[in-house]
This record gives sequence, structure tokens and C-alpha cells, in this order.
Amino acid sequence: MGDGPPSLWEWFGRNWDTGRADSIRTLLTDHVTMSLVPVVLALVVALPLGLACARWRWLYQPTSGLMNVVYALPSLPVFMLMISVTGLSQTTVIVPLAFYGVAVLIPAVVDGLDSVPDHVRQSAVAMGFTPLRRLLAVELPIAAPVVLAGLRVVAVSSISLVSVGALIGQGGLGGLFTRAYQNPFMPPVIVGIVLVVALALVADGLLVLAQRLLTPWVRARKEAAS
Amino acid sequence: MITFDAVTKRYPDGTVAVDDLSFEAPTGEITVLVGPSGCGKTTSLRMINRMIDASEGRILLDGVPVQGIDPPTLRRGIGYVIQQAGLFPHRKIVDNIATVPYLLGWDRKKARTRAMELLERVGLDPALAGRYPFQLSGGQQQRVGVARALAADPPVLLMDEPFSAVDPIVRTSLQDELLRLQSELNKTIVFVTHDIDEAIKLGDQVAVLRVGGRLAQLADPKTLLAEPADDFVREFLGHDRGIRRLQFVSTEGLRLRTDLTVPEGSEGGSPEPWLLVVDGDGRPVGWRAAARPGELEPYGTFVRGRDSMRAALDAALLSPSGCSVAVDEQGKVVGVATREALDEALAEAVHG
Ligand SMILES: Nc1ncnc2c1ncn2[C@@H]1O[C@H](COP(=O)(O)OP(=O)(O)O)[C@@H](O)[C@H]1O
Ligand SMILES: [Mg+2]
Repeated sequence: MGDGPPSLWEWFGRNWDTGRADSIRTLLTDHVTMSLVPVVLALVVALPLGLACARWRWLYQPTSGLMNVVYALPSLPVFMLMISVTGLSQTTVIVPLAFYGVAVLIPAVVDGLDSVPDHVRQSAVAMGFTPLRRLLAVELPIAAPVVLAGLRVVAVSSISLVSVGALIGQGGLGGLFTRAYQNPFMPPVIVGIVLVVALALVADGLLVLAQRLLTPWVRARKEAAS
Repeated sequence: MITFDAVTKRYPDGTVAVDDLSFEAPTGEITVLVGPSGCGKTTSLRMINRMIDASEGRILLDGVPVQGIDPPTLRRGIGYVIQQAGLFPHRKIVDNIATVPYLLGWDRKKARTRAMELLERVGLDPALAGRYPFQLSGGQQQRVGVARALAADPPVLLMDEPFSAVDPIVRTSLQDELLRLQSELNKTIVFVTHDIDEAIKLGDQVAVLRVGGRLAQLADPKTLLAEPADDFVREFLGHDRGIRRLQFVSTEGLRLRTDLTVPEGSEGGSPEPWLLVVDGDGRPVGWRAAARPGELEPYGTFVRGRDSMRAALDAALLSPSGCSVAVDEQGKVVGVATREALDEALAEAVHG
């Protein structure tokens, strides 16, 4: 090859693990952290809020209104704003992404609980479930498929959105794109896209797997319907 | 025994769903609440297990007011079956049935063993235990619903239109199954339906409710058909009240002729216009008309002593001979009820 520009593989091999902060390996782990943490946070926050909205209906309208506004905010200015609070840290990216996740998951939790047929809820009451036990053993498991579907959306969009953080220096694999912007050289862009897509596919695949394991009855239902 | 003592339910919007209702549901018997839609049947039923609390009056379970019992505890001691079965879609059939035992803290193995027992008891294949509710037919789901209600062996069973959503053939078999189970279990059952035929078939006593939640009549089915209390009840019972009364007239005393049967293959003249051909085991094969000895005509049977006059009459109407064939439990012919014999029995039923 001589002195020409390195091939894709060569470039990847050379930059995979340089020990520096911009090695591909480090960017990848950062990316995973910055997209995974918001998903978990979002679930932890959205679950009780969703339950509250389902329980006290009047809460739902204002909450979902507010959450839609949050969701509509463009991510870049929000990251910029966050800098003044959290500085140039991963938290600056994590917090807004967690909010986006909450905005998607609250309706998912409410819709999930709405998907519990009334006769099923009534019969749980009639069997002598206490309200808490009914929630944990009957309502949440039946709501799970809808919540998990929401979680898939959140996970994939979170993985994709992290890249934007590169513009404030915290974008995980997104860093590969900004680098190319400064210096038109294709391998980093290709590696970045491939890795982000692969990450999204893996995350989605894991959630689908979880769905199958946690809710085997959904598949039974689909088979019965066909 | 369940006692309704001047019970009234007024919903917050002012609807009076049940008005000053008093009656007793005796231990070990089926009491049916029947009436048009919206007359307060479901409300009455749900006040027993406190899914709804009465506004006035008391409901007593063996003398103890239910209002004083903590709802979850109360409910675990009362089986409940509803129209759509209300099975948990995310639980296998065996775990659905074991729901109340689990709630009562039985260990898993004992609860599942009990569930398997019940699965067979309600006439289901044990192989269904590992399936999910969606994989069962409506009738099967309903049976699971009954099994689930019986799992912890509660003395009381509440059933809210449990068989209304299944097709008529399945409904009949579920009703028969319930009666069979009840003859073994002797539960105190309160059964809600809007179908007067179902009420009459299943009830030891029937409470007819009118809209507004007031009791129109409480009587055993036979009395209800013979002596409706007022026009509302009469109308609700429908037009063929007379025919349905025959359901309660036994065929025990029906006069049977035994000289009208001939073995298969035999020929020869007889002064009778119709002869019943029977096979070597004594089972009916068909009617032979004297005018067309080469052909066999259809016949209808009833089990003597077990089936009612209604069945006997029905059997007669099924055959061009106009006679019905009395058989024993094994299906062997014991005699023939001719039109004259049916006529006599009907005349007696009208007067007796
Ligand atoms: N939660 C409720 N709030 C107000 N009215 C109700 C409520 N539930 C039932 N009702 C009314 O009470 C009456 C009796 O209802 P229900 O007991 O369900 O009748 P049924 O089971 O005989 O059809 C109906 O007029 C119904 O509209
Ligand atoms: Mg009802």
C-alpha cells in the first residue's frame, strides 16, 4: 500500500485500541454507557409516573402534554443548555436522553395498563388479590408487551441520538463523524455508522429476546389468532 | 346460607340498581337471579363478595354480615365465575386454576396437584394444563373458569352469566356439567342469567327481578311456571310456559305398551299401523309402517323416569308414528308411549 491513505481495515485495526480517549474501543464503551443509562433511568422514572397517570386519569393529560413538549425539543440546544449545569460530561448527554425516554415510556405504561381487559382485572379482584399484588402479578405482566415495545423504541433512538453529543465532545461513536467533518476521510464515518447500527440491532435483539422469555403467552396468542 | 336483608344499592349518580331486596340463598342449593338487562343482577351478586358495597341493608353469610369481613379474605372464600371467563392471559391453565390456592399461600406443588384434579373434574383433558387461555375454545375457557372458582373448595359460588357467551350446544353441555358437579359438591350457588330457560333448568329456586332492582317473584321453577305472580313475570316467562311446565312432570307413571316391538328381520302382518323394529340388543332401529313394510321411519327416545314429559312429547313429535320410545339408561327399549298414553299423561299434568 505504501504511503497512500490506509484502507478501512487498516484504519480500524490501527485505531481500535490506542489507549487514547479517542480510540474506537473507548468511544464504543462510552456510547454504550451514554445510551444504556438513559434507558434504565427512563424506565425507573416512567414506571411510577405511568402507574400514577393510569390510576389518576386527570394527571395523564397534563403529563403527556408536558412530555410531548420535552420530546419536541431539539437535542443539540438542549445539550448546550445542559452544559451550563453539568459541564462537558457524559451526564450532559444522559439526562436529556433520559427525558426523551420518559416521554415515550409514560404513554407506553399507560397504554399497557389499558390493555388489561376489564374482565381480567375484575376477576382478579373477585379472586381476592390485594391491589398491590394485583398490580404486580396481573396488571404489569399483561402490560409488559406494550411497555417492552416502547422500550425498544427508546433504546434504538437513544443509541442513535448519543452521536449528536459529539458536537459538544460527548458523543461516543459520534466522535468518528465529527472527525470526518473536519477532515474528509471516509473510514471513520463508515466504521461509525456500522458500529452504531450494529449496536442498535444488538440492543433491539436483546429486547426482543427478553420479550420472548418474559411473555411467552404473547406468541401463543399470535399463533392462536393465525 | 346467604341472606339479603333489605339491601339497597344506590350508585353515586343516583341510579338505584337494587331496591330493598330481601331473600335467602339456601346452603347447598342453586339460587338463580334472573331478569332483563339492567335490573341489578350483577350489582346484587357483587355485593355478596363486596366488589360493590351495599348502600343500605345487610348481606349475611351464614349469619355473619359480609360488611365486617376484609374484602380480599372474604373473596378468597367465595368462588366467582364471569361471562368472559376472565382468565389471566399470561398464566398457563394450571396456574390460572391454582390462583386462589396461591393467594392462600399453599405451596406450589400442592396447589398444582389440586389444579390438575379440578381440570379433570370439570371434564377437561389434563394435556391442556400447560397451555395458555388463548389456546382454548370459549367453552373450554369457561370450564377452566369454573375449575378456578372451585380450586380452594369455597362453600359459596357466584356465577354471573357464565354461559351466555358460548354457542347453544356448548351452553347446554356446560349447564349439564354444572348440575352434575353440583350433585357431587353441594355448593351454595348464586347464579345470574337473563335467560329464563337457563334459570328454570338450573335453579332450585329462581328469583325474578324487575328493572329498578326489585324482587318480582321468588319460587321454585315449577311454581314459577304454574303460578307467575304478576303480568311482568308472566311476560318474562314467555309464551310456551305450558310446554316448559312439562319439564317438571315425570315420565315414571307414563303408560307404556310393550306389544308394539318386533325383532329385526321379522315380517308378517299385524293389525297395528306402526311397529317398532329393535335389534338383537333390544335397541330401537326404526318404525315400520304397515302400509310400507320395506322402509324404516325415524324414531325419538326418552329415558323413562329420568327424562321429563317434555322430552317424551318431543320424542313423539320427531317420529311420523306419533309415538315415543321409552328406553332405559343403557338405551334398550322398555316400551312405547302411544299418543293415547301421552294424552292421558298430559291431561293429568294439567289437573295435577
Ligand atoms: N358503576 C355504576 N354507576 C352507575 N350506575 C351503574 C353502575 N353499575 C351499574 N349501574 C346501573 O345499575 C343498574 C343495574 O346494573 P347491573 O347490576 O349491571 O344490571 P344487570 O347485571 O342486571 O344487567 C343499571 O341501570 C346500570 O346502568
Ligand atoms: Mg350483568
